[in-house]
Amino acid sequence: MPKDSGIGASPKRREDNRFLTGTGNYTDDINLRGQAYVHFLRSDMAHGRITSIDTSAAAAMPGVVQIFTGADFEGVGGIPCGWQITDKHGEVMQEPAHPVLAQGKVRYVGDAIAAVVAETAEQARDAAEAIELDLEELPAVVDMKAALQEGSAKVHDDLTSNLCYDWGFVEENKPAVEEAFAKAAHVTTLELVNNRLIANPMEPRVAVGDFNRATGDSTLYTTSQNPHVIRLLMGAFVLGIPEHKLRVIAPDVGGGFGTKIFHYAEEAFCTFAAKALNRAVKWTSSRSEAFITDAHGRDHVTTIQLALDGDNNFTALRTDTHANMGAYLSTFAPSVPTWLHGTLMAGNYKTPLIYVNVKAVFTNTVPVDAYRGAGRPEATFQLERVIDKAARELGVDPIALRRQNFITEFPYATPVAVEYDTGDYHATMDKLEEIADLKGFAARRAASEAEGKVRGLGVNCYIEACGIAPSNLVGQLGARAGLYESATVRVNATGGLVVMTGSHSHGQGHETSFPQVIAEMIGIDESMVEIVHGDTANTPMGMGTYGSRSLAVGGSAMVRATEKIIAKAKKIAAHLMEAAEADIELKDGAFSVAGTDKSVAWGDVTLAAYVPHNYPLEDIEPGLEETAFYDPANFTYPSGAYACEVELDPDTGKVSIARFAAADDFGNIVNPMIVDGQVHGGIGQGIGQALLEAAVYDDDGQLLSASYMDYAMPRADDLPFYQVDHSCQTPCTHNPLGVKGCGEAGAIGSPPAVVNAVVDALQSMGREVTHVDMPLSPSRVWQAMQG
Amino acid sequence: MYEFDFVKPSSVAEAVAALGEEEAQALGGGQTLIPTLKQRLASPSKLVSLGGIADMQGLRLDGADLNIGGATTHGTVAAEAAGSYPALAVLAGHIGDPAVRNRGTIGGSLANNDPAACYPAAALASGATIVTNAREIAADDYFDGLFTTALEEGEIITGVRFPVPEVANYQKFLQPASRFALVGVFVAKYADGVRVAVTGASEEGVFRWTEAEAALSGNFSADALDGLTVAADGMMADIHGTKAYRAHLVGVLAKRAVAASA
Repeated sequence: MPKDSGIGASPKRREDNRFLTGTGNYTDDINLRGQAYVHFLRSDMAHGRITSIDTSAAAAMPGVVQIFTGADFEGVGGIPCGWQITDKHGEVMQEPAHPVLAQGKVRYVGDAIAAVVAETAEQARDAAEAIELDLEELPAVVDMKAALQEGSAKVHDDLTSNLCYDWGFVEENKPAVEEAFAKAAHVTTLELVNNRLIANPMEPRVAVGDFNRATGDSTLYTTSQNPHVIRLLMGAFVLGIPEHKLRVIAPDVGGGFGTKIFHYAEEAFCTFAAKALNRAVKWTSSRSEAFITDAHGRDHVTTIQLALDGDNNFTALRTDTHANMGAYLSTFAPSVPTWLHGTLMAGNYKTPLIYVNVKAVFTNTVPVDAYRGAGRPEATFQLERVIDKAARELGVDPIALRRQNFITEFPYATPVAVEYDTGDYHATMDKLEEIADLKGFAARRAASEAEGKVRGLGVNCYIEACGIAPSNLVGQLGARAGLYESATVRVNATGGLVVMTGSHSHGQGHETSFPQVIAEMIGIDESMVEIVHGDTANTPMGMGTYGSRSLAVGGSAMVRATEKIIAKAKKIAAHLMEAAEADIELKDGAFSVAGTDKSVAWGDVTLAAYVPHNYPLEDIEPGLEETAFYDPANFTYPSGAYACEVELDPDTGKVSIARFAAADDFGNIVNPMIVDGQVHGGIGQGIGQALLEAAVYDDDGQLLSASYMDYAMPRADDLPFYQVDHSCQTPCTHNPLGVKGCGEAGAIGSPPAVVNAVVDALQSMGREVTHVDMPLSPSRVWQAMQG
Repeated sequence: MYEFDFVKPSSVAEAVAALGEEEAQALGGGQTLIPTLKQRLASPSKLVSLGGIADMQGLRLDGADLNIGGATTHGTVAAEAAGSYPALAVLAGHIGDPAVRNRGTIGGSLANNDPAACYPAAALASGATIVTNAREIAADDYFDGLFTTALEEGEIITGVRFPVPEVANYQKFLQPASRFALVGVFVAKYADGVRVAVTGASEEGVFRWTEAEAALSGNFSADALDGLTVAADGMMADIHGTKAYRAHLVGVLAKRAVAASA
C-alpha cells in the first residue's frame, strides 16, 4: 500500500503551483530601481589579437552610461578555476588567466571584448555596434589532436603548449596493465567520440548586480545552482569583496543541468559595474548568446581497450582520452575528465587492472565543463560500448558477459581508487530483463521486420559516484573547496518549521521532498515545513546542487539538524511531563513517556521553547533552532541496468526509440514520483545526446550549430514511453537516509543502450558495423549501412 | 531589432504604393522576417503588412483550379483545402508548429523561397501560377535559386492558382533540428502527365525531377522509379546530411509519395 505522506509517498510537487501558473520569481523577473542594462560586445572570431578598440563614438550614443573594456579590469581578479589537477609527472596543470573582459586576445567566438552599460537594453546593443574594433585574425585551434602537434598555434601565448595536463590514473598500475594486455586471450579496441553538447536549460542565464552606497554592500541576483560558491569565488578571487559585504541570491532557476554551477564573467561584471556606477546593472542572455557563452559539455575523443582471458573474464582495461577544455578553465572543468571519469572506469565489473590516461586540451572554443552526469556518462559510454563490442567479437550474449564479470561482494575497492559500499547488479539486471520483456524481443523484431523496419536491442549497465563528496578526499584530488552541505532547521513557536538549506533546487523538487523527510521524522504534516534556499543572506554556507548530491548530502545535513531539534525537544518535553529524558518517545507528532499515558503535543513543546514560562532554563537555552553541516564519509554509488529497443528505417537510416526500460538502484527513495521524473528527464537528455544533439565547430572555430535551426533538442515525439523501476534498493551505508541520488542516472545510463541497439540493428542487417559515433543522425546511420 | 515604421494597408494598391518607398519591406506572416529583424540582420525603414488586405485572404475553388489568397495562413489552407486539394492541406498542416501555421502565409513562403520550405515543392509540382499585383508567373518561371524568385522589387504575391491534380502526395523528411525539409518531394498526377518537385535537396533550390516525371507519366507506380537516381553532385551538404544522402532521400521519398497517392 503506497504511503500518502512522509518518506516513500508521492505528493504532488508544491513548487509546480507557481511554476505552472506564471507566478515564479526568476532572476529576469527582478528589476531594481534605476537599473541599467549591459550588452556585451562578443568576438565573432575564434582566435584573434585585439589591435584596437575605439569606444568614443559608441560612448556618445543615446543612453550610454559607460563602456568597459579589458583595460578596466587590469588589477581586478580573473575568473578562477575550482579544481587543480596534478599530472602523471607530478606537475600541476597549466592554468591560464581568465579575465572578465578579454585582454590582448579573443579566444573563442563569444568571448566578451567590451561591455556597454546603458539606460535600456536596446541602447546598449545599439552602442555596442558603434564600437570600432580591430581584430587581427590568428589561426584557430579547434581539433584537439592537432592542438597538441608541435607548431600548433597556441590558445594562450604564455603557456608552454595547448596541453592543460596529461593525467595518468593509476600511474603505478600501468606496467601491470600492459603486462595483462600482453597475456590477454582477446583484446577489444574501440575508438569513439563523446559528442559535445550544449545544456540548453529553458531559462537562459541572467545576472543583476546591485550596490548600496549607504552600507557598501553588494548584491548579485543570478541564475545559479550554488549561490554560496559564487559568493566565495567571485568575492575572494575576482572582486575582493568579503562575504559579509556580498550577498548572492539565486531565486527560482529554470533548469541548470550543470551549466549554471560555474562562476561566469557576466556575474562578476554586473557586480563590479553596479559598484563602479552606483546603480543596478542587469544582463539577460539571449538564447543565441547562451549557445556561445554557457559552458558546453562532454567533448571527449577516446580509444578504449578491454583485455579478456580465455574464459571471457575481464583482465584489464586501458583508455586514452583527449578532453576538450575550450579556451579557458571553467570552474569544475579539470575535474570532469579526471576524478569524475577515471574513478568510474571499473563500472559494475571486477576488472582487476585499469589504467586511464587523459590529455586535457585548450582550444578556441567555448569552455567545456560539467553537464548532467559530468565525466560519468563519458566513462559509462566507452566502457559499455567496448563490452558490447567484445561480446559481439566473441559471439557471446552481451548480458551474460556482463553478468559473468559483475562485482558481487560489497564493499568493493576498485583499482581506480573508490570503494563501492553497496549494490546488487544481478538484481537490477534481473529486474531489467523483466520490465523490458527481453523474452519478447524476438517476436517484436519479427513484427518490425514484417513492416519493413529493422529492430535492434541494446543493453548496458552503469554505476556512478554521486553525493559528492568527502571533503578530505576531494581535497587530496585537487578540489579547492569543501563539498559538505548544510542546513538550519528553525522551529517556530506554533510548531511549523523552516529549513534553510545550502542545497539549491532548480527543478529537482526539494520544496516537496525535503519536507517529506522532516514530516516522517517528527510525525507532523508536510505542510508544516517550508524550504528556504538560494540566498546567502538567509541560508548557511552550502555548496549547492550538482552531482546528484542534494538529498544524499544536503538532506543528510537536514536530518542531522532535525535530530538535534528532536533531542532538544525531548528535553523540553521531559521537563513539561516531569519525566526522565530517556523515557521520552516521539511518535506521530506527540511526545509521550514510555509506559504511561502521559503525552504532550509537538506544538506544546515548540511553544514552550519560545514562551519559556515552564522551562528548564538552567539546563538549556530557549528557542528551537539548530544547524548541522554534513560531510559524507564516501560517495554514493547508484547503479542500474538499461535496455533500449530501436526501430531503424532501412531506406532512410532514421532511428526511432521503440522501447526504453530502466532498472535503477537508488537506495532508499523519498518521493517515487519525483524519482520517476528525474529518470525520465535524464533518459530524455541521454537519448538527445545519442540521436540528436551535437555542438559542431568548423575548422575556423565557428559554431555551426549555434541555434535551434541546427542544434537538435529532443522533442516529445522523439521519446518513447519508459518502463522505469527503482524497486531494487541497496541503501547507502554511510548517510542517515540510505539514499544514493537519482538526478544524473538517466543521462549516464541511456546513451550506450541506444548506440548498442543501433549497432545490433545494423549487424542484424548483415552490416559489419561495430560503431557509429553519436549523434546517430539518419545521415550517419544511412552512411553506416552503405559500408 | 532596429526601429522601423509600420503600415497595414487594406488594399493591394495601397500596399504597392507603400512598398515604392526606399527600404520598405513587405511583411506576410513574419515567420522568417521577424526573427531576421530580431537578429538585426535586416533594417527596413518601413514594414508593409499584407495582413489587412481582404482580397488576399482565403481559398476559392474555381472549376479545376484552387485559388489561394497570398496572405492566407498555413493553418487556413490546412483546414480549408482538405476537401479540394488534400495533399496541399496536409503539406500546409505540417509546416512548423501551430504558432507558425497561425501566422505564416503562402505568399510569404513563396516570396522568401527558402530552399528547405515546403510550399515551393507544391507550387512547382502542381504547375501553379503565382499571381502578383502586376502579372501572372508560371511556377516553372518563378523559382530562381536559393531565396531568389522572379519577383520584382515591391511586387506582391496576391494569390496562387493551383490546378487540382487527380492525385498527389508530399513526403517530407525532417531536418532533425529545424524540422524544415531535409528533403521533400511532391508528386502530382494530372491527366496530361505527372510532375515531381523536390525541395530541401539542391544547391539550386526547388527543382523538378524530370526523369521521374517521364517514368511516372508512363507508369504511375513506385516501381517505375526503380533504378532512377538524382546526382549527388549539386545537392546541398551540411551537418545534417551529405550530398549523397540527400540524393538518396530524393529517390526514397519520391517512391513513397507515389505509393501513398497511387
